[in-house]
Amino acid sequence: MNSTHHSLDYVRKDLPVNFKKIGLILSVVGLILVIAAYYSDPVRSAFNNLVFLMLLTSIGLGAMFLVAIEYIGGAVWSTPFRRIAEFLAAVLILVPIAAIPVYLNLHDLYHWTHTDVVAADKILSSKSPYLNESFMLIRIALFMAIWLIFYKIITGNSKKQDESKDQNLTTKNIKISAIFMPFFALTITFAAIDWMMSLEPHWFSTIYGVYYFSGTVLAGLAAVTFLAVYLNEKGLLVKGLKSDNYYSLGALLFAFTNFWAYIAFSQYMLIWYANLPEETFWYLARWGGNWKFVTLGLLVVHFIVPYFGLLSQPSKMDPKRLKFMSLWILFAHLYDIYWLVMPTFSKESFVFGWIEAGFLSLAVGLILLIFNYKASRENVVAIGDPKLIRGINFRL
Amino acid sequence: MSEKVLYALTGLFETPDQIIDAAEKTSDGGYKKYDVNTPYPLHGMNQAMKLPPSKLGYAALVFGLSGTVSALALMYWMAVIDYAHVIGGKPYFPLPAFVPVMFEVTVLSAAIATVFTMLFVVFKFPNNSHPLHDTEYMKSVSRDKYGICILAEDEKFDENGTLKFLEELGATNITHQYFTEDSYATWWSVLDKKFAGILAVTAIATSLVVYIGLNKVLYMQPFSWMMEQEKLNPQKGSVLFADGFSMRNPVQGTIARGDLPYEYAVDPEGASKLVNPLPITEANLQLGKVKYDIYCSPCHGFMGEGDSRLRGQFPNPPSLHSEKVRDWTDGRIYHVIAMGQNVMPSYSSQLSRNEKWATILYVRALQRSLNAKESDLQ
Ligand code: HEC
Repeated sequence: MNSTHHSLDYVRKDLPVNFKKIGLILSVVGLILVIAAYYSDPVRSAFNNLVFLMLLTSIGLGAMFLVAIEYIGGAVWSTPFRRIAEFLAAVLILVPIAAIPVYLNLHDLYHWTHTDVVAADKILSSKSPYLNESFMLIRIALFMAIWLIFYKIITGNSKKQDESKDQNLTTKNIKISAIFMPFFALTITFAAIDWMMSLEPHWFSTIYGVYYFSGTVLAGLAAVTFLAVYLNEKGLLVKGLKSDNYYSLGALLFAFTNFWAYIAFSQYMLIWYANLPEETFWYLARWGGNWKFVTLGLLVVHFIVPYFGLLSQPSKMDPKRLKFMSLWILFAHLYDIYWLVMPTFSKESFVFGWIEAGFLSLAVGLILLIFNYKASRENVVAIGDPKLIRGINFRL
Repeated sequence: MSEKVLYALTGLFETPDQIIDAAEKTSDGGYKKYDVNTPYPLHGMNQAMKLPPSKLGYAALVFGLSGTVSALALMYWMAVIDYAHVIGGKPYFPLPAFVPVMFEVTVLSAAIATVFTMLFVVFKFPNNSHPLHDTEYMKSVSRDKYGICILAEDEKFDENGTLKFLEELGATNITHQYFTEDSYATWWSVLDKKFAGILAVTAIATSLVVYIGLNKVLYMQPFSWMMEQEKLNPQKGSVLFADGFSMRNPVQGTIARGDLPYEYAVDPEGASKLVNPLPITEANLQLGKVKYDIYCSPCHGFMGEGDSRLRGQFPNPPSLHSEKVRDWTDGRIYHVIAMGQNVMPSYSSQLSRNEKWATILYVRALQRSLNAKESDLQ
């Protein structure tokens, strides 16, 4: 059999130096801009910090979700790429740090943290048992603790397996992943509500958590896809991975693009249909001034382009197309978060300047650095996983 | 009986790995016209056979998009051109409300069209005769064996050479498959009279048995909830009373609460003497406006100018600002609302007595807005 492999052909190598270099440059430039931004416009920086926080959360949690779902579903095709998702999940370590400035600026971000405003507002005061600073702090700390604990256990077991090749570790991780899932569903929902939905504390949408989840999975998937293709092209993964192995990544990107559109449209259509002022104002805010173009742009960027870009079967396996589309989808997710958060900050028109660029640069830089750090210490492929060979041999 | 012609050489394998390997070697060996038959789809077979990506996707795309466009066009035609109607206060062309329908129609037409393309274009339905039908080979590969079948029409095919090739691949049960020229004559055997007849009889018989069996003989409602109860169902008789009615007529002379019988049904002049019992207060005017906008404005227009919104589907009424109506007493207008006038129906069942009077107050206010009295200028 010439197309299949029965033994592993993997030698751990360091990532190309440029990987680290670009990460360092982006981080340093980003950090300088971010510090300058906090001096020149703290409120705008706080909002950007929130976008930055959400982006890191999306990538970390999205990657974590992919790892867990692989274990639960017993997926084979994704095993050669699982370590990439595990490394990306390490971004979760940055989340508590990124959240600190948000907490220092709660009053600039969240209307409901002003007790005098809440006291004068019947709706906000009846929401205050949930929406109050101390409970929010406890909640979010709890969420992060849950994420980090599961991250530690699951990736820890996976790493141990590299040496021990112990199949029981897989069994264990399956169970832990299954326990993680409901926690994941609840924490991501409430994190999205706390961090983003409560920016407009009068507004509510019961689908909001699902909406953010769809974006999160897309972001995690897109990051994994890009790195999988990139690393494979550089020969840093195991030998024998072909475009068949990419296919499901492309298919999932396509599926979640549709899922996002489905959820986004459902939310919009119900609010449009019922036409209740307490719900519509959220969309009206995104339709005023030149936000209108950002909103229409979201449709194109987040749905139409990736939809047609990934529609045909060959495009779901084509490395070039996948690299382009995954970067595009990462951008689309950032765009989406910006669209969710920023209208609260600048109602009249959207803003983009060096402050936004600074936070973005820092985010990308840090993600690259953390990935590089992990890859310089651990195998980029889960070489002890019993499903690995079958995963490499996976054909459509 | 015409002569037997060699159709193909077939061989069997035991495992999926063997057949994938064999398929790969056959395509490497330069064969183009061959096929692989397996009991279930095998991962990796497309590559082993070096098949180009299927073109069926294009059919799905074209038909899917035509579905989207036709759904949109249909709804546009209905909602904007043929029967423009305000629904739920939305514009005539409420795109978001149409999106789900467009989506469904897209999926449906893409799915159906793909199946039909496959059936008619790829499988060449209704041609259902194939030389491999009913062969031992076909029976094995639809059970637990993996078969390869190299067609005689392939350029590289040569009876002995290919036989040897199959042997080298490790195939077992290598068989010569023949077909007869006249099997082409039975190409359309689905349309054969006997076959079609039996098919029709079976279809009708099963439908009847199922229908009668399930609906008449065996019919049992798992849960009746509140469907089975003594009440009047539309289009059904009522068993509540002997005369077949579901309700009794009220006793002669019964008056609804809060209402008084209208005495001037045939006496508009008498009605003119009625005096509006409601004082002109903001609350009464507000009530009148609400009722007027609901019940009167479709025909009389929001301002009472007779500018109906019914787009000619009902005769336009005269203006309520005419001198005639302005000079009428409130009681006379009350009469029109209570009894209707010519084509205008009575609104007694929609408006209570007080609501009628309040509506009249509002009509008066409308009249004054165009024809103010001297005293209003103060
Ligand atoms: C279905 C349409 C329709 C509605 C609804 C309707 N009207 Fe009329 N109305 C008419 C038409 C048509 C006439 C003219 C009848 C005729 O030919 O004399 C009319 C006549 C009248 C007249 C007499 C005008 C005149 O010059 O003779 C009055 C007053 C009047 N309507 C009041 C009302 C009020 C008050 C309401 C609400 C309770 C109402 N109408 C609702 C169709 C309507």
